[in-house]
Amino acid sequence: MTAEIGIIRFPGSNCEWDVARALSALGASTEIIWHGADSVGDVGAVVIPGGFAHGDYLRPGAIARFSPVMRAVADFAEEGGPVLGICNGFQVLTEAGLLPGALTRNVGLRFICRTVECTVESVSSVLTGRGMRGEVLRLPINHYEGNYTCDAATLAGIEAAGQVVLRYRENPNGALHAIAGVANREGNVVGLMPHPERASDPLGVGTDGVVLFESLLVAAEEWQSAGRRSEPAEAAS
Amino acid sequence: MNYDIIVEIRSLAGLADPEGLAIERALPSLGFDGVQGVHVGKVFRFSVEAPTETVARRTAEEMCERLLANPVIEAAEIRVVADSPGVPA
Amino acid sequence: MIVRILGQAPTDTELAMYSVMWSEHCSYKSSRVHLARLPTEAPHVLVGPGENAGVIDVGDGIAVAMRIESHNHPSYIEPYQGAATGVGGILRDIFTMGARPIALMDALFFGPPDDARSRYILDGVVRGVAGYGNAVGVPTVGGQITFDSTYRSNPLVNVFCLGVLPISRLVLSSASGVGNLAVLLGSATGRDGIGGVSVLASAGFAEADAAGQSTKRPSIQISDPYEEKRLIEACLELLEAGLVVGIQDLGGAGLSCATSETAAHARLGMDVDVSRVPRREPNMSPVEVMTSESQERMLAIVTPESLAAVQEVCDRWEVAATAIGVVTEPDAAGIGRLRILDGPGGEVVADVPASSLADDAPRYERPLAPPADLVERRADDPSRLPAPSDPGGDLLELLADPAPVYRQYDHQLFLNTVIGPGEGDATVLKLAAPGLPWEGKALAMSVDGNPGWCAVDPRAGTAATVAESTLNVSCAGAIPLALVNCLNLGNPEHPEVMWQLSEAIDGMAQACEALAIPVIGGNVSLYDESGGCDIDPTPVIAVVGLLGRIVRKPPVPGWHPGDSLVVLGPPPGGLAGSRWARSVAGCAGGVLAPVDLVSHRELCRFVRELVAREAEDDDPPRLVRGLHDVADGGLGVALAECARASRTGAEVDGIADHGGLFAELPARVLVATRLPDELSRLAAGAGLGARVIGVAGGARLVVHGLVDLGLDELDTASGGIAAALEVRPLV
Repeated sequence: MTAEIGIIRFPGSNCEWDVARALSALGASTEIIWHGADSVGDVGAVVIPGGFAHGDYLRPGAIARFSPVMRAVADFAEEGGPVLGICNGFQVLTEAGLLPGALTRNVGLRFICRTVECTVESVSSVLTGRGMRGEVLRLPINHYEGNYTCDAATLAGIEAAGQVVLRYRENPNGALHAIAGVANREGNVVGLMPHPERASDPLGVGTDGVVLFESLLVAAEEWQSAGRRSEPAEAAS
Repeated sequence: MNYDIIVEIRSLAGLADPEGLAIERALPSLGFDGVQGVHVGKVFRFSVEAPTETVARRTAEEMCERLLANPVIEAAEIRVVADSPGVPA
Repeated sequence: MIVRILGQAPTDTELAMYSVMWSEHCSYKSSRVHLARLPTEAPHVLVGPGENAGVIDVGDGIAVAMRIESHNHPSYIEPYQGAATGVGGILRDIFTMGARPIALMDALFFGPPDDARSRYILDGVVRGVAGYGNAVGVPTVGGQITFDSTYRSNPLVNVFCLGVLPISRLVLSSASGVGNLAVLLGSATGRDGIGGVSVLASAGFAEADAAGQSTKRPSIQISDPYEEKRLIEACLELLEAGLVVGIQDLGGAGLSCATSETAAHARLGMDVDVSRVPRREPNMSPVEVMTSESQERMLAIVTPESLAAVQEVCDRWEVAATAIGVVTEPDAAGIGRLRILDGPGGEVVADVPASSLADDAPRYERPLAPPADLVERRADDPSRLPAPSDPGGDLLELLADPAPVYRQYDHQLFLNTVIGPGEGDATVLKLAAPGLPWEGKALAMSVDGNPGWCAVDPRAGTAATVAESTLNVSCAGAIPLALVNCLNLGNPEHPEVMWQLSEAIDGMAQACEALAIPVIGGNVSLYDESGGCDIDPTPVIAVVGLLGRIVRKPPVPGWHPGDSLVVLGPPPGGLAGSRWARSVAGCAGGVLAPVDLVSHRELCRFVRELVAREAEDDDPPRLVRGLHDVADGGLGVALAECARASRTGAEVDGIADHGGLFAELPARVLVATRLPDELSRLAAGAGLGARVIGVAGGARLVVHGLVDLGLDELDTASGGIAAALEVRPLV
């Protein structure tokens, strides 16, 4: 079967097409979901892509979390559906309280667009299920506010629970513990600052992001088939 | 009644404030010596129509909790400037 | 002249409208008579100069739109907003044509980085380009950065934008159809930028400084990339759905320009109710509304039946849309009149022939004369200078790594970037965009400007700049298809500046004709002067080319241990105009070695075919392992950049002296190959010179008798831009 991935579009999103292009290349079908929608439909996973959701005025993601679709995303996540936030999507998920912590300005006070090396720290999330612990991935980052922070208790908690899924090998932005990506406790909601879609083409930066998207597609298929089994009409057919 | 409100948002004590630090480091080169504890924040000014100052303050507090500040990283200080004729200039 | 057109004295509003529309910025009144000499036609040119952007047909029903424009004076006054609004303006020029903007490039010229004010401007401009481009969602994929004392009080910020579109969506800015509505889209109108084109973009800084900063402040436009992002999406959706019959951006001269140009293009008139224009500030007069340069606004021409559908699309994107006018019949004399009314049926505050604003600006044949000391200048050739005692040390002075600049720009969005900034001689992008899937083709583009060459000889220098840009695109394996340019010059009231303008245009025309590249758009920035002192002439040239079907990255500057290094092309020429002569030795005179354009065309073809086979063939010849054009900084800088890029040194022999190291004739290519004999044979067959100069390997760059430097020394010396950006200046 083919996983169906819903990609949320806010007015200032700009990576939605790129995510769709990279996921489609892996065989997924994708659907762009407008932020004003009150449902995410029957998708197997939701991706909140990079960009500047509402211009990133106030704080990145601060206004986006009040878009109608975010209620539906929260419900989808609550049920256990795979949710991935990339860059601005990560910021939206922390603002919405679906992931712990916050993303603040890079310590160098400059926007950074470059390729960095990240280590896979945990394989028990929908983004890293197909990866190998300790594997090093070359992934592009592209942000001004990617400096992950949270209070000491939260930090200790997410480290202990294996919720840190990706860590920079060389800290580019001042993030606490060089955290590049975190998951919720259940592992079905993940946010990361690097852009896997930008590392999925040998003519571009390389293909190290593919393993992450493949993981997401596997999780989406599993969730989708599990969800469908639970519907009587589907089970009868 | 209209109440002019000023909300000051600061980063939580103990969090890094790279912008404040950069400014603090630059000041001596411009001849401003002995300046310490520079922090950069945000200020919001607006007016609220409310029956009492307490209600106006509570409205502002709710705005801070839900939108203006991110409690993970920011603290808000609200000042209600007594009743006003209208929107502050 | 205005009285002659109107038959009576103009109203305040009319006078203000003519003043902004006939400004140098909008009317090209000083340059038009010269620009006519440029070659502009080719079978693949769909839209040439004169529209918002030039457009070419790249096959398969796809077109590419491009334009370059300066935002020099605003960037000096307020670097962040000046650069940001420059990006915003050029984007509107592209999506006005129906094209999806997919790439920005910037050519930036600043004073020396040891000057605090120049560092402040550098930092603000780079932040402005990043702040706007990144947020609006268009990648900045390349550019050029130059530091030179001629720009100390007059930086240059030239921004290039490229967009793609299905040819079927191509639209022009025409208000056809009497009774159709003029709908203003986007931001509310404020007092920002009033008179901007006639003040900031046309007057020298002598006046600006004398008038004081305070009076200039209201002219600064504030940017809002989020508004522009929604405006792009809304406009492209309107165009895709066929809901507008014409569209025009509001740039310099604001509503005066957009209303008069759309009406004039259709040879019709327009009634505009100025009271309907949404405003950001109270008590604005009709004059202010008509000349405001508030950013992020567009004027769409819409049939009355489509208005509701237009409104719906705009509502979804949270873009304000207000019908402010209606297209009218020409008057009894057949003249389309632009009438500005204050309120429905209210006072007519202006009533002018629409075309008179757009087309009837005076055309000056300003006096031109070569500089009085031209003979002395040309006699002052750097060949008279003694040989440097430490050419290696001089080479280090010429190195500068721009990575700290382009790493602040999103240069990967849309997943098209195959060769990004800092990687190659030209940027290479897949020819694709949201809604236009990739079919295998790629675009190559380069933007170049060289004050050293053009100060010595504006004609040969401009031709050399065209030659370099064309060679850059060829080094990426692309066929050069079109050129846009921005001529940055001093005060046109100085006969020497007009001579520079005329010479630059002749040089560009010669080169474009010889290399068969049409000029499809241009911008002239005059009054680039400060304190009565003109900048050195700086024509900026952007060339765009096409690769057929790429299956792998084209080779880029660099080499592998054991590669032979071959220089293709003629001998190096002299040192006049070189960066070594200008910046290191302090000699700005001499005679520029001209590029032989006939053999240059052959060189470009030869290199392009070599590289294209590496990128396009399923079974590539693997003849070219790396390559780099030789230009700015000469062979020495080309070698150093290749060594740094590949983290591998080289041993080079047979460079006679510092002339061979630093001469800049941009008609040579450094190639790394395992098959030097075959490469030389092929080059000879094409009538081109080829000389093996050394072998790659080790950790030092050695040029016998001249240079012996470690990679670490090259790295350290390249860190100037990083250092300039390190401390956030607070001036």
